[in-house]
Amino acid sequence: MSNPLRDMEKPDVIFCIGTNMTEAHPVAATRLKKALAKGAKMIVADPRVIGLAQKADIYMQLRVGSDSALLLAMANVIAEAGLIDEGFIDERTVKGETFLDHVKQFPPEWAEEITGVPAATIREAALLYGQADRGAIYYTLGITEHICGVDNVQSLCNLALMTGNIGREGTGINPMRGQNNIQGAGDCGALPNNYVGFQSVIDPENQAKFEKAYGRPMDREKGMTKVTALNLCGKGVHAMLIDGENTVVSDPDREHCEHALRALDHLVVIDIFMTETAELADVVLPATAWGETDGVCTNTERRVQRLRAAVPPQGDAKPDWWIVSQLAQRLGFSGFDYTHPKEVFNEICELSPIYYGLDWDRIEHSEYQWPVPEEGHPGTPRLHEESFINGRGIFSVVTYRDPAETISEEYPVWLTTGRRLESYHTRTQTGRAQGIEYLLPEERLEVHPADVQDWGLLDGEWARLSSPRGSVKVKVMATDRSPRGTVFASFSFADVPINILTGGGYDPATHTAELKVCPVRVEPVNN
Amino acid sequence: MNQNGHHPKQKTIILNGREVAFFEGETVYEVAQRNQQDIPTLCYDDRLEPFGGCRLCVVDVEGMRNPVASCTFQATPGLVVNTHTERIETHRKTLLEMVVSENRELEVDPLRGYASQELTDLVSLYEAQTGRFQGSQSGTTNTEDDNPFIFRDYDLCISCYRCVRVCAEEEGDYAISIMNRGFETQITTEFNGLLKDSACTFCGQCVQTCPTGALGDLKAMRAASIPLPIAKTRTICPYCGVGCSVDVLTKGDQIVGIHPAMDGPANEGALCIKGQFAFDFVQHGDRLKTPLIRGEDGRFHPASWDEALDRAADGFQKVEEQYGRHAVYGVASGRAPHEAAYTMQKFIRAGYGTHNIDNCSRA
Repeated sequence: MSNPLRDMEKPDVIFCIGTNMTEAHPVAATRLKKALAKGAKMIVADPRVIGLAQKADIYMQLRVGSDSALLLAMANVIAEAGLIDEGFIDERTVKGETFLDHVKQFPPEWAEEITGVPAATIREAALLYGQADRGAIYYTLGITEHICGVDNVQSLCNLALMTGNIGREGTGINPMRGQNNIQGAGDCGALPNNYVGFQSVIDPENQAKFEKAYGRPMDREKGMTKVTALNLCGKGVHAMLIDGENTVVSDPDREHCEHALRALDHLVVIDIFMTETAELADVVLPATAWGETDGVCTNTERRVQRLRAAVPPQGDAKPDWWIVSQLAQRLGFSGFDYTHPKEVFNEICELSPIYYGLDWDRIEHSEYQWPVPEEGHPGTPRLHEESFINGRGIFSVVTYRDPAETISEEYPVWLTTGRRLESYHTRTQTGRAQGIEYLLPEERLEVHPADVQDWGLLDGEWARLSSPRGSVKVKVMATDRSPRGTVFASFSFADVPINILTGGGYDPATHTAELKVCPVRVEPVNN
Repeated sequence: MNQNGHHPKQKTIILNGREVAFFEGETVYEVAQRNQQDIPTLCYDDRLEPFGGCRLCVVDVEGMRNPVASCTFQATPGLVVNTHTERIETHRKTLLEMVVSENRELEVDPLRGYASQELTDLVSLYEAQTGRFQGSQSGTTNTEDDNPFIFRDYDLCISCYRCVRVCAEEEGDYAISIMNRGFETQITTEFNGLLKDSACTFCGQCVQTCPTGALGDLKAMRAASIPLPIAKTRTICPYCGVGCSVDVLTKGDQIVGIHPAMDGPANEGALCIKGQFAFDFVQHGDRLKTPLIRGEDGRFHPASWDEALDRAADGFQKVEEQYGRHAVYGVASGRAPHEAAYTMQKFIRAGYGTHNIDNCSRA
């Protein structure tokens, strides 16, 4: 997030797109509710009538995968109405003119055709955001899990840049991160393109720095993403070390994924439970869980916080850092003689410009949000206040593209996937928490009541969903949360492995899977 | 700044004989708290709008005949306030005795909730007698509600409405409200139905702010009979990326519950159903407790760490020898701490000189 969580109580106009925040980030959503109670206006764009939509002043029910068309039209309206922040564009950005010229081609009437949102509603929403004193944008995977995820994010940046809604209290571009330490995993360099602290691997200076730090020559080419690696299993990639990820259930195209992992000569999985992925391993190593592990995590607002052990580990479980270090030592790798997580974290700080002012002892009270470039620096709750990290904000010339797969005679229904309040991802944890089943005992496919009738389904009865990659059985729930022609399911329940169906396409830049759009066929099952 | 470049004189009140400064808009209660003059309260929660319901926070203000509720009374320059006069303390004791006359029991297990000891503590501080006022009781419990998270025993309710207010003001859900008045007062959901059929999201905020234990954390209460003290460990919730601060409650080596951290920067006392109630996966019987190696028979067999690490290392070594250093790939977790992700990427980079490392953020 460009802005701190506490800023969520400050906007006068909130724009939420592709974020089911009341279910996926409920505590963050309480801050938006407070802003609304104080009089803020909210625009919500989502294919489904989610909790936020019910609280919105303007709700745009767009077709899945049509976000960039909607956002181009909003930019068109804002430019046409003269609501751009010329001073900000002149002083802080580049390519503004090109962008403003580009968006002239995309009036709301054009976007209505693609998104299904009435042009008048798009116009109204654009004017509301364009007139905001403090307009804040919030998004989640509904923006990024598309073949055009990067375009979508850049489209949101364009809106913020053209209206100067960045670098101030209650504004910003604010992605809500989904996992407790997904931000931290990136911060720590678990990425094929960056060393720790987002230092590019193709930069010769960084290469020299890490060759020295790690005591060996280092490739100057980026590594491959996990998506590429899974495609190359058995054909270039022959061994994998997977830490705490249930790849088989959480990733798209389950069959491909299982096939890939089976094609490896050697698979080692570190986890806390025997997951569907661990079942495929040659060696499974038991890790300590949350509550048993001392360490550090970083939240969605870049706040660096301490995790503390409250109880001893179960059985022989060991911390991940210990396991990986032991393995490294056995392979003769140097620099793994850690005896305490503190030593690992302090090394992260030493090698990372954004953590350089931190160490284990300094983060005791959760005060710091990175970047913290030097000791004594107070941290950076709000990014881009004076200038952008790379100098100026760059407008991106984005165009609309259809999803990788679009509905057809064979697969006439849009499936979109996501999360539910009561369960977390593949339920390895919430599925083992007593009581959760009282509220959420099983997966249900959310179908509009009229579609339930038209497609010969019955509320509470079984349906079969099929895509070009496979099919799954799931019980139907009639609900007007779903629009006509679009159905929803989560990927949480092992007996409804929805990711058998997904995986039609990936963003070419990030390799993020298009988990939010998957044309399917829905048929009743009689049994 | 005034014309001479000086700050105008700070506005002050006289609090228990001492001149103390106050900020614009502060209540007398807030000024007193800041100056370590502890005023008792029951309906007060500093996250909520002052309510002035319990009247325990009354203070003497010079020039006013009756005591005033300090939580709703704004400080004004020159106010002379006494917080603990004999008259006020007697008044508080009587009030407490009237409040507890409704309550069947006073001692409630601290596992019921974060604020559950407030009433008990005040009664013992004021040596209030519990049997002084006999009369009707307000509130009855919906005994049909079988939800596994939130215990509701309205016999212990003192109508402070903190639960109703926290649900509305902090959580923004308005799942519960107040029906009737006086001895007929009842905290209830819409149509007095089950919590799960209401707007309730089971975030647990009502439980944690209840000052009497009328609301309780059913999952934590399961450990009430364990004869060990409760210890608290501050950490961060294991679920989404918001990063809420929590205190893990333990008895011995067992995790028994979660309290939200009122001073957590991300959550300021709030949690959701997962952070509040879904903690027991940690000590679930399904946890992997020993390394496992796949045998010739295709099955997993328990192994020592030495055996398992040797076998794991051996496999990586063979693959590197046969296919080269680019044939090894690492996937780090978005769920484990920094130290896990960092050592994972260092394993690949320092071990193989490649960047064949990723994490689970692309799916």
